[in-house]
Amino acid sequence: MDLTSALQIALPEVILALGTLVLIVVGAFGGEKSTGLVGLGAGAVLVEAAAAACWGPMGQAFHGGFVADAAAQFSKVAIYLMSAVAIALGAPWLRRKRSAKFEYPLLVLLAATGMGVMVSAGDLISLYIGIELQSLALYVLAAFQRDDSRSSEAGLKYFVLGALSSGLLLYGASLIYGFAGSVRFADIAAAVHAGAGQGVIFGLVFLICGMAFKVSAAPFHMWTPDVYEGAPTPIVAFITAAPKLAAMVLFARALALGFPGATGQWQQVIVVIALISMAVGALAGLVQRNLKRLLAYSSILNIGYALMAMAAGTEGGMQAMLVFMVLYMIDVTGFFACLTALQRDGRPMERLEDFAGLVRVRPGLALAITALSLSLLGLPPFSGFWSKYYVFKAAIAGGLWPVAVFGLVASVPAAFYYLRILKTMWFDEPAGATDRTPGDASAIGMGAALFSFPLVLPALAALDPLATLAARAFGLA
Amino acid sequence: MKLILTLLVFLPLLGAALAGLFGRRLRDRASQAITTGLLFISCALAWWTFYQTIWGGWPAHAVVELLSFIQVGDFQSTWSIRLDSLSAVMGVVVTSVSALVHLYSWGYMAEDPSKPRFFAYLSLFTFAMLMLVTANDFMQLFFGWEGVGLASYLLIGFWFKKPTANAAAIKAFVVNRVGDFGFALGIMTVFWMFHTIRFPDLFPQIAAHAGRSWTFAGRSWSALDLAGVLLFIGAMGKSAQFFLHTWLPDAMEGPTPVSALIHAATMVTAGVYMVCLLSPLYEYAPQARTVIVVIGAVTSLFAATVGLAQNDIKRVIAYSTCSQLGYMFFAAGVGAYQAAMFHLFTHAFFKALLFLGAGSVIHAMHHEQDMRRMGGLARYLPITFAVMTIGTIAITGLGVPGLNWGFAGFYSKDSILGAAYAAGAREPLGYFAFVVGTAVAGLTAFYSWRLAFMTFNGPPEWARADAHAHGHADQGAHALSDHATSAQIETHAEPDETPDHSHSGDHGHDLKPHESPWTMLVPLFVLSAGAILAGAVFMPHFVGPWREAFWRGAIFVGRNNKVLDGAESGPSWVGLAPLVASVAGLAIAAYYYLFARGLARRIAERGGPLHTFLYNKWFFDELYDVVFVRTARWFGGLFWKGGDQRTIDGLGPNGVSAVAAWAGRGLGLLQTGYLYHYAFVMLLGVLGLLTYALTVWAR
Repeated sequence: MDLTSALQIALPEVILALGTLVLIVVGAFGGEKSTGLVGLGAGAVLVEAAAAACWGPMGQAFHGGFVADAAAQFSKVAIYLMSAVAIALGAPWLRRKRSAKFEYPLLVLLAATGMGVMVSAGDLISLYIGIELQSLALYVLAAFQRDDSRSSEAGLKYFVLGALSSGLLLYGASLIYGFAGSVRFADIAAAVHAGAGQGVIFGLVFLICGMAFKVSAAPFHMWTPDVYEGAPTPIVAFITAAPKLAAMVLFARALALGFPGATGQWQQVIVVIALISMAVGALAGLVQRNLKRLLAYSSILNIGYALMAMAAGTEGGMQAMLVFMVLYMIDVTGFFACLTALQRDGRPMERLEDFAGLVRVRPGLALAITALSLSLLGLPPFSGFWSKYYVFKAAIAGGLWPVAVFGLVASVPAAFYYLRILKTMWFDEPAGATDRTPGDASAIGMGAALFSFPLVLPALAALDPLATLAARAFGLA
Repeated sequence: MKLILTLLVFLPLLGAALAGLFGRRLRDRASQAITTGLLFISCALAWWTFYQTIWGGWPAHAVVELLSFIQVGDFQSTWSIRLDSLSAVMGVVVTSVSALVHLYSWGYMAEDPSKPRFFAYLSLFTFAMLMLVTANDFMQLFFGWEGVGLASYLLIGFWFKKPTANAAAIKAFVVNRVGDFGFALGIMTVFWMFHTIRFPDLFPQIAAHAGRSWTFAGRSWSALDLAGVLLFIGAMGKSAQFFLHTWLPDAMEGPTPVSALIHAATMVTAGVYMVCLLSPLYEYAPQARTVIVVIGAVTSLFAATVGLAQNDIKRVIAYSTCSQLGYMFFAAGVGAYQAAMFHLFTHAFFKALLFLGAGSVIHAMHHEQDMRRMGGLARYLPITFAVMTIGTIAITGLGVPGLNWGFAGFYSKDSILGAAYAAGAREPLGYFAFVVGTAVAGLTAFYSWRLAFMTFNGPPEWARADAHAHGHADQGAHALSDHATSAQIETHAEPDETPDHSHSGDHGHDLKPHESPWTMLVPLFVLSAGAILAGAVFMPHFVGPWREAFWRGAIFVGRNNKVLDGAESGPSWVGLAPLVASVAGLAIAAYYYLFARGLARRIAERGGPLHTFLYNKWFFDELYDVVFVRTARWFGGLFWKGGDQRTIDGLGPNGVSAVAAWAGRGLGLLQTGYLYHYAFVMLLGVLGLLTYALTVWAR
């Protein structure tokens, strides 16, 4: 295969990389004045990359190290569009905070490139490169408000623990390579099938641990609450959405394509991680009074659900996981957009008490938060219900009904903390007026609320076959 | 015919819906006019139907099927209108009294702020009652049964701001639940035996199952008797028979027109109606009939004795109702169903008359109900006095035996007692019923005339300044509560104020009583006519020689059941006995309350054991309070505090949530913020997963 066709297959990432380089030059010469232009450019590049991913050719490139299939296509479109939303949400916010820098859209672009590589990874090398490219950008983003000590702390913690997880991942990768004799998933699968022995499986556990960190699954979740609390809100909106989808797809691809012969083995590990995640996410959220920390635990809980679907080890499970992640992404982005929009006396509203009686002060946003909370809670007919429906159906079909029961039980305490938000907003005495809400963030929040119901119904009709097609690419029964 | 019947039944529902749903928009006057107008139409249709069914060309038995209700296997139930002589009679009684009560309420409720609601409830009740009497299967019967119960509950508690009214409404509902429990079991027994609940399918089968028995708890029970007794328990609840009678006197907390319509003329007679309707069943259930006779006779005696000592004008009439219902039941129990229905028919007129007359008195007395604070009203309320006297003559059954002419009660009571005596020839229980019934006739005369004399004759107690003090010193707590009740009523329904008398702080004492408006008087006249004539006109049809042509098979009479023939041919002293007892009662009442004035009060004040016993209604309320209410409360407290709060809530919701919160705090504590703690947890995780994986995979 010649380089041209290989680059054609990797066209979205090529567009992103080149676009980033061009925009760096623009930013470097234009200085702070060019921030708006760079933001627009980055958005355009992301949309273009999404289009390229959508209509680009499929196949393998770079000796199987890079795969463009239905799964990659599906996730890339979602990831790039969500990244564009993150820019639309973050850039105006930073401008209002008087800390607008042209690096912000560029870092999002770089992270998006990394995510693109992740979901297209065909071997352990590109897996690692993708993860690192994405993670490094995210570390910087988390610490983006350098003057804010909490933001810096968040970035540093994220970075150190991320490095540790990368170490685990690399150690696992080297073990796998050592026993299987190859880094390509297809070769590893063949070696496992031929009986490569305990060593490969041993490495697999390390690999799983490393990736579990990236999706913030328990017990590798410790960074999540601190980073969510410390990092700027619109950046958390980005971190909690697209990278999670990318990591989940990578997770699924590595397991499904690299270890199809050891499905029984990895299933058991994933089930344990899913159970711990659900328990931690549901219970620890109960005592949180900071909404960003609360959403951190909520994301841990939801990753537990996604992992449960993946643990089913079936095509239906993968499809459910994809649908779940996409719907969850939209919900959570909308929620953080609402938090971004709300300020009191120039300070972000993050504590539960700040939301007391919000419905009488900001009825529109309060309604949006209500819809999104109910959606996260999983109440019909909101989107969260449908995503949970997919996940539980897949888990039960895959024989994991005890896990599904546990998931249902876990959703009860979770319901408590979502409903407590609603109770505070609707029934408590107002805590005072809020600042003027910016149109962009409110629009994203309310758009997501509208998506959670009723737009989700037609969207689901389109999403379902696409996700089925994407799940088929994982080659499971 | 189908159209007429459908309109007859559903016009009251239409009225209830219009007044109930749109009452606020229609305003008071329109709501009243609509409900009353529709009921008068319905009443006219009922009389037309009555005429056509009995003398006209309509079939003896017709069923109009409207809609299917429940169709599960053998359990077939259809909304339908059954028309035969029984339901035609009941239709006439229900719609006539209801229409008159509607009209009466224009005056009585004139000052009430929520008239549309009142009229909607009245019409709703009428509809439910018509559904009950036209039922063609047990399911619809039960529907109507519960429907009238609901309307009764709503109307007793109509003045819902009054705690006593709410308590009375709840009491009526709960006591009726006990009866309905038996009723439902009876329906189930019938369904279990016959695999049908439809009357036309059921009745022909009964003769074949007459001897069937059912073994339960090691004993053999006659299945038909069991069904009969269970169904009768339902009738006891609705018709306030002994043991389940306690709700009826309390139900007087409702507005007086309600007492007249529901708690005298119609709803409480539903039990009697059901027993007569089920005559094909009871004819083959002799033991069940024995129970009915005993309960009926005991009720009539019990209620009459209690009525002797009551001072609240409405409560006296309520106990009188209870007593008269006892008559009807033992009549049905000895096999004289026609006589029971006849008494039901005449009783509806004179009892509604008495209640509405009492309402007129209460209205005039500015909602004073204690007879001890009345007196001498004949001069101020001549019309009310006249009609009340007619009603009293009717209920006491006065008549001229030689001419064989008298007021309504004369005929119906005579036929009941004659039938009971005739039944005595076959089973001695009949003699028991006869003796009790005759004694009760005397008691009835005494308390009825006592009521009349205390209210209308003697010195006007209401004009005396110390009437209050008397009342309080007299009977202690009871008088106090009675008075509190009447005072509370007044806050809800002020009588119409005319310029010539204004209300002052101590109501009713310095004011002259006033005659009621014409809307209240017209119903009284109509009912008076009924009370005078209903007996003489309808006697030959209901129980006399033309009864076969009148009932046309609607009431089944067994081949050996000859009680009504026996009643006619009985010895002449049997016919005279009740009259003698009645006149004796009148004489004693006149002696105590007209001639030897103050004697009765002295007896009451001395508070002898008999008077105390009767005044406190045989202490039934206290007994039930101890046996049922407090026990239930104790058990409730036990299950609530111990069972629910401590065990279920403690281990369930509260326990689980406490554990969850505890676990959450624990997990929160792990979140120390120290990087090396986080890294440590991660490595522990890796270690744990590895250990787990290797252990599991090694197997």
